[in-house]
Amino acid sequence: MTEQPIDVLIIGAGASGAAMAWSLAETRMRIVCLEQGDMMKPANYPSAGRDWEARSQAEFSISPNQRQLPVDYPIAEEGSPIKVANFNGVGGGTVLYAGHFPRFHPSDFHVKSLDGVADDWPVDYATLAPHYAENDRMMGVAGLPGDPAYPGDNAKRMPPLPLGKTGEALAKGFNKLNWHWWPSDTAITTEPYDGRDKCINLGACLSGCAQGAKASTDITYWPHAMRAGVELRTRCRVREITVDEDGMATGVIYYDGDGVEHALQAHVVVLACNGVGTPRILLNSKSIAFPDGLANSSGLVGKNLMFHPYASIMGVFDEQLDGYKGPNKCIRSQEFYETDTTRDFVRGYTLEIVRGFGPVSTAISGLQRNKIPWGAGHHRAFRSLFNHVAGMVAICEDLPEEHNRVTLDPDLKDSDGIPAPRINYTLSQNSLKMMEHAIARGSEVLRAAGAHDIFTQAPISYGGWHLMGTARMGTDPARSVVNEWGRSHDVKNLFVIDGSIFVTSAGVNPTRTIQALALYIAEQMKQRLANLFD
Amino acid sequence: MSDQDITGVAATSFTDEETQILKILVDMIIPASDEYSLPGAADAVIFADILATAEARHGPVCAALSALDELARESQDNGFTALDLDQRDGLVVEFRRLHPAAADLLATITVQCYYRDDRVMRALDMETRPPFPAGFTVDQGDWSLLNPVRGRPEFYRKAP
Ligand SMILES: Cc1cc2nc3c(=O)[nH]c(=O)nc-3n(C[C@H](O)[C@H](O)[C@H](O)COP(=O)(O)OP(=O)(O)OC[C@H]3O[C@@H](n4cnc5c(N)ncnc54)[C@H](O)[C@@H]3O)c2cc1C
Ligand code: SF4
Repeated sequence: MTEQPIDVLIIGAGASGAAMAWSLAETRMRIVCLEQGDMMKPANYPSAGRDWEARSQAEFSISPNQRQLPVDYPIAEEGSPIKVANFNGVGGGTVLYAGHFPRFHPSDFHVKSLDGVADDWPVDYATLAPHYAENDRMMGVAGLPGDPAYPGDNAKRMPPLPLGKTGEALAKGFNKLNWHWWPSDTAITTEPYDGRDKCINLGACLSGCAQGAKASTDITYWPHAMRAGVELRTRCRVREITVDEDGMATGVIYYDGDGVEHALQAHVVVLACNGVGTPRILLNSKSIAFPDGLANSSGLVGKNLMFHPYASIMGVFDEQLDGYKGPNKCIRSQEFYETDTTRDFVRGYTLEIVRGFGPVSTAISGLQRNKIPWGAGHHRAFRSLFNHVAGMVAICEDLPEEHNRVTLDPDLKDSDGIPAPRINYTLSQNSLKMMEHAIARGSEVLRAAGAHDIFTQAPISYGGWHLMGTARMGTDPARSVVNEWGRSHDVKNLFVIDGSIFVTSAGVNPTRTIQALALYIAEQMKQRLANLFD
Repeated sequence: MSDQDITGVAATSFTDEETQILKILVDMIIPASDEYSLPGAADAVIFADILATAEARHGPVCAALSALDELARESQDNGFTALDLDQRDGLVVEFRRLHPAAADLLATITVQCYYRDDRVMRALDMETRPPFPAGFTVDQGDWSLLNPVRGRPEFYRKAP
């Protein structure tokens, strides 16, 4: 069944798709978003039940290969030490994200000029600043202005999340060493905001916020976008983008929730399926004109996958900390963020403090590390860890390398028969050295804070939650997939707006920048409506 | 969970033998404690929750129990339930060494159910309720700790 062509088709209702939909809505064009997952029901989130920790490890697991829900697609990832974490539903990854919400630094857009590695971005901090501000207003950001690790900014912030016992303990450690720390900017309300209530410290942010305090786009952008006329269709999984003989996109073929195939024609197609889902669709959109996949004349679609290798550094404290109470995040340190030529690696990392863990996570981690025995010793050992473990993760800048890539698996398919993405990824020497440095510094600050029995993991194997670089932006069509305002070099009515377009990854979480970029691209489109395809 | 939570739990499809193996094993993972006045994981209420939870992972759980029983038959010429305490202790060490994923699965289900039991939660000073909707209180903490950092000059790298 074919319906009338629409003006703009957005594929994916996650962080970037929602921002684009809302921004374009004011044009009064006919905009439809196709999303393979469902609309979320926050009352069903795990934290509303006694079995919250068990459910967060099952149908709300961060791994699609563990969840295996009908809306998920499998990922062949045995070729990667870091496994993909995502969520497929309205809100995308923001349904499960921690809401740690830093901006990039000005220097992050100029790594080639500053450090001679990778490439500079075709946009800079100043260009994105107004879009960061607009996104901050739509999502709602808590934090504290005045961080000396950043230039002053125009963000309107709610008061920061509480330090709590954990933040206080770690802050003392940082102060002892005279190292930088600052309350994290978070996409979590600390006062009522835009119809949302404030955070009540459920502590289950990573399996969906039943309170609606965490800014997932199903409760931030989407209600506004839909009220403004955008149509959001759930359980619609796109197989491929179709093209005409002039090489322009004509729309998509997708499957509905019953597996029935549909065609939808559109004048403009926008991809917002994240750094794995987007190259998957492009590579699966083969035609005579585009035998290697759509928008792939550079051969770079799927290449340069960046994850952010994470190191986890935890310790045991004698005193009781916050444990399972409160948002996962509270403070961060950027003491080791910028390149330091005395080190044996370039670029740097952020240390994000982790507040603590619930009883089940504490027990499982203790059992796996042989710190909690099977048998009579269980209870005493458990008590020494429960509410006594905290620490940090180091989010290390990942540099682009073409051999780190997403391809289509020749055998594995989703329930609609669409080829699954395959991930091949190796950690660079730079990343390995950076993680080693982060573990040493993280252990130092934990000891300064009074922790003992420090335990580490690098990389966090299930920690592929930042998916970037696989359809990079740039001005040179031979070296990039989309131009400096997100339009495909090859297909003039095709745009990519998700984490795929990142040129480099910085050493901070990406979502605030993904959304600022989506708003910037939407703005560029609106300004050029009369000659968008020139 | 409370008694009320488990009423109406459907009968599971585990055989009596599988149920018995699982019950012995979870008691070995978390036995009752006099010191802390705590039930063990084989307590009737907790075990009913474990069985119901294991049902959702029926295939992998049966495979894990069967691996344990096989091991008993291979090394002791007897099924797991027929072994004496010392034999079981030794066998379980071997099971965890040879089948770590299976052992992890059974231990995970055990702790998932154990730590949501009313008595266990109370003993840990936890309120016997889900996090939502009441939430929790987290102290603001001492914000004066930030003063030394506030005094620090800007140190971000300037862009070209
Ligand atoms: C556990 C976890 C913790 C995280 N914590 C943080 C954090 O603290 N801070 C931070 O900045 N970031 C965090 N992230 C990352 C953050 O969620 C992502 O950066 C962000 O959501 C990416 O936005 P996106 O628009 O690129 O894609 P997504 O938000 O992933 O959205 C893509 C959407 O496209 C849909 N889709 C994909 N393929 C198809 C198809 N073929 N047809 C139709 N629809 C399709 C998907 O279902 C999905 O809804 C976290 C992620 C996870 C999983
Ligand atoms: S801690 Fe706050 S943000 Fe996190 S789930 Fe609870 S209410 Fe939501």
